[in-house]
Amino acid sequence: MDGADRPLDERTPGVEHQESRADFLSYTAGFALAVLLTIASFVVAQTNLLWSPGVPVGLIVLAFAQIGVHLVFFLHMGSGPDNTNNILALAFGLLIVFLVITGSCWIMANLNTNMMPMSVLPPH
Amino acid sequence: MLGRLTWDAIPFNEPIPLVTSAVLGIIILAVFGLITLKGWWRYLWDEWLTSVDHKRIGAMYVLLGLIMLLRGFSDAIMMRSQQAIAIGASQGYLPPDHYDQIFSAHGTIMIFFVAMPLVVGMMNFVVPLQLGVRDVAFPVLNSVSFWLTASGALLINASLVIGNFARTGWMNYPPLSELAFSPDVGVDYYLWSLQISGVGTLLAGINMVTTILKLRAPGMTYFRMPVFCWTALASNMLIIAAFPVLTATFLMLLLDRNLGMHFFTNDAGGSAMMYVNLFWIWGHPEVYILVLPAFGVFSEVVATFSGKALFGYRSMVLATLAICVLSFTVWLHHFFTMGAGADVNAFFGIMSMIIAVPTGVKIFNWLFTMFHGRVVFEPPMLWSIGFMVTFVIGGMTGVLLAVPPVDFVVHNTVFLVAHFHNVIIGGVLFGMMAGYNYWFPKVFGFTLDARWGKASFWCWFLGFYLAFVPLYLLGLMGMPRRLQHIPDPTWEPLLWVAELGSVVIFIGILCQAAQLYVSIRTRVSRRDRTGDPWNARTLEWSTASPPPPYNFAVMPNVETIDAFWEMKETGQHAARQTYEPIEVPRNTPMGLITAFFAVIIGFCGIWHIWWLAVLGLLAVVVTAAIFGWSEHRESEISAAEISRIEDARLRAVG
Amino acid sequence: MTAIDAAQPGLAPEQEYAGPSSTRTVVGYGFWIFLLSDIIMFSGLFAAYAVLWANTAGGPTGGELFDLRSVFIETACLLVSSYTCGLGALFAERQHRERFYIFSVLTFILGGAFLFIEITEFANMIGKGAGPSRSAFLSAFFTLVGMHGAHVTSGLLWQVYMVAQVAAKGLRPHVLRRLLCFSLFWHALDIIWVGVFTMVYLMGAR
Repeated sequence: MDGADRPLDERTPGVEHQESRADFLSYTAGFALAVLLTIASFVVAQTNLLWSPGVPVGLIVLAFAQIGVHLVFFLHMGSGPDNTNNILALAFGLLIVFLVITGSCWIMANLNTNMMPMSVLPPH
Repeated sequence: MLGRLTWDAIPFNEPIPLVTSAVLGIIILAVFGLITLKGWWRYLWDEWLTSVDHKRIGAMYVLLGLIMLLRGFSDAIMMRSQQAIAIGASQGYLPPDHYDQIFSAHGTIMIFFVAMPLVVGMMNFVVPLQLGVRDVAFPVLNSVSFWLTASGALLINASLVIGNFARTGWMNYPPLSELAFSPDVGVDYYLWSLQISGVGTLLAGINMVTTILKLRAPGMTYFRMPVFCWTALASNMLIIAAFPVLTATFLMLLLDRNLGMHFFTNDAGGSAMMYVNLFWIWGHPEVYILVLPAFGVFSEVVATFSGKALFGYRSMVLATLAICVLSFTVWLHHFFTMGAGADVNAFFGIMSMIIAVPTGVKIFNWLFTMFHGRVVFEPPMLWSIGFMVTFVIGGMTGVLLAVPPVDFVVHNTVFLVAHFHNVIIGGVLFGMMAGYNYWFPKVFGFTLDARWGKASFWCWFLGFYLAFVPLYLLGLMGMPRRLQHIPDPTWEPLLWVAELGSVVIFIGILCQAAQLYVSIRTRVSRRDRTGDPWNARTLEWSTASPPPPYNFAVMPNVETIDAFWEMKETGQHAARQTYEPIEVPRNTPMGLITAFFAVIIGFCGIWHIWWLAVLGLLAVVVTAAIFGWSEHRESEISAAEISRIEDARLRAVG
Repeated sequence: MTAIDAAQPGLAPEQEYAGPSSTRTVVGYGFWIFLLSDIIMFSGLFAAYAVLWANTAGGPTGGELFDLRSVFIETACLLVSSYTCGLGALFAERQHRERFYIFSVLTFILGGAFLFIEITEFANMIGKGAGPSRSAFLSAFFTLVGMHGAHVTSGLLWQVYMVAQVAAKGLRPHVLRRLLCFSLFWHALDIIWVGVFTMVYLMGAR
């Protein structure tokens, strides 16, 4: 289907466009943000800058921020043709990831609380 | 050199598998011999084995499912007979070691190699035609997906001949499935076979979602798609979401068994309960993956055979999407008794009751479609009505089971077994039989004999109730599932009724075989010349039967729901149009070759022939690299050829 | 034809669905949902890690084993490689072959450095008796992090193949589509790594 590509939503390769500089700037901005957020994560984890019990939450927030930067600046979520499908797919995927991880944690923690520890079992 | 494979693997001292293997071997050799004698290999290779046409691939999926139904059903009838006989002093004819393999194989084969191929195959054939397009998004990937599924089926059947199958039940729970308690190859056959076919299924899911969301005929907005396409979309979204979890779970168990890891072991901190949790995160969406397309079939069939548009299109769509999302919020109801507290059990119990509501909406929509319609009782409609009665009963027992205190009494009894057979047979199987009878003329160009079709329906319908209502009663009386020997003689009469039920179902299957045989013999008299034998409503019926390779000479312009009905009302369906050449993808053996190496990888993984498994993996990568380098993957059908084909169809229609 | 059958309310006919999308959109979307499915597979492994991380069976814990300095270097390598990959993709789309090659080589070297550090870490742990069969925690650790590393390895092999294709066939539409898929893949690996280093290393080392 090579020759039959409809270039409705593709930039013609080889032709310079107004947005060209903007693309490179966008990538660089995203990269700079990601670097800052990554350094922040390591700092938060290893120093006392953040109130100690809040560190796990802080790390999770920073992780989400970094992922968001990747999605927006590197994967161009939120722009481009027919973008709705991409975002809906991402939203569905994130919902499943959330259900799998938090659902498992909740259930397994609940089981551990309610069930006898292995060490207390009679010898068998 | 050959890992742990030795001559002992062949069951020389076990008569039942030995004889079965011999019979299977003879049948396979006979079939191959017949093909060779008739010189059909060239035709098979060119037209089917290397085909990337969704219509051929869909038909092959369905054929695989029907063949494996014979194997799965043989297991069922063996189990029923054993339970009818092995009461009191009698030990029956199947020792526990065999019986355990049989019920494990029965479940595994029925879910993964009967239900899934039937459903995926039906969606494969129908969806592109209903969307008014020429093929799925990735035709070569489609072929690869099918052949990977077939590889899994081959591996599982190989366990009959070389080695043994798992004795753990189809869910394969640790710690029984860990190395300490199942050191032989059985569990490995299960894991490798399902991992390989799982990859195929995932790729098929990606293919179908992309097709439905990105490739529809011009003018076909989402709310003009047939309901079958909506259910196909929801089902394939669930495949993409759920199968990766199964892949991860089986990977962890394989690592436990092969590299001594401790995800689910009893020692070193492993948690067998985590397997159960992860398995059912996949397992519950799986049943909706199976049943949603069946619901889609019923939507098409009930509308067509009531002569009316489907009632409540938008609520159908909403109900489908609701089921899609909710199916990921109920999985714990499969293990209420594992030890979670009341809060967790209550949450999942309530969600399990809520998920019944959208299905109820659908049942009412089908009923209202029939209301004031002119109902025609062809076999597809019989299967649909049979479904409505049977599935509602099964759904109600499901809501019963969703109440944790009730589940504590009947979990793992045959009450549960009756429930899930009720919904899978009443829902999925009846749906696939309805679809099979409905779309057969489109696939092969002639209708199926209706008398044998009705006979097969009535046998299945009556046989189902005879086989499973006793199990509801026995479950309430306390009979556990998976018993090789029956401890309580008062259960005997009901078990004999169940046995009778399985025999009646067997007669139903024979009727279906007869239907196929008779239909093929009388096919000339029942040829479908117009492409529309049922006076149906959706676009697949606007093509010839069978459709030409390119499906639509000119992609239809869609303006309404039930686009074909609209075309018939405005006379468009018989209009001649100008044709341009069409590019179609060329056939390729890529799918077959990938599957061949997948079987090698799987077999060697099972038998610990590591060097050959690695070579197999390398071969797959090299094959992909070579295929990825090729050009000229399309061939062109000329406008003249298209004219010739289309004129023949229009002559019959006009 | 009833009102129910009508087009999306409020849309002029020109705004209606125009037909199948372009091949680039179709391929890109298909690959995107493949990546989402891969992320869901990782979430299964993440869930196992979250549940089993404390089951050290009397063996070493994350705090005892993890060296956050080398994790930081790994993370830097992978993040910079994501950047160079993105730039390379931009140059490819503009038909600048030489700059594409340069940035591809940079991406490959950085990805290779990441792998080298990770493999060294694994070897050290195994050498200390903290291998994947020691405890459930270590099984989960090695599988989650190792699965990511296996994906990085596949990515590097794929990248070599893609550079070869560009050299042999040029930056034609179907090659560009595959480069699009590769870029999506490489960025997704960095996204997963954010989850890994946060959840496994930073939280685990405390």
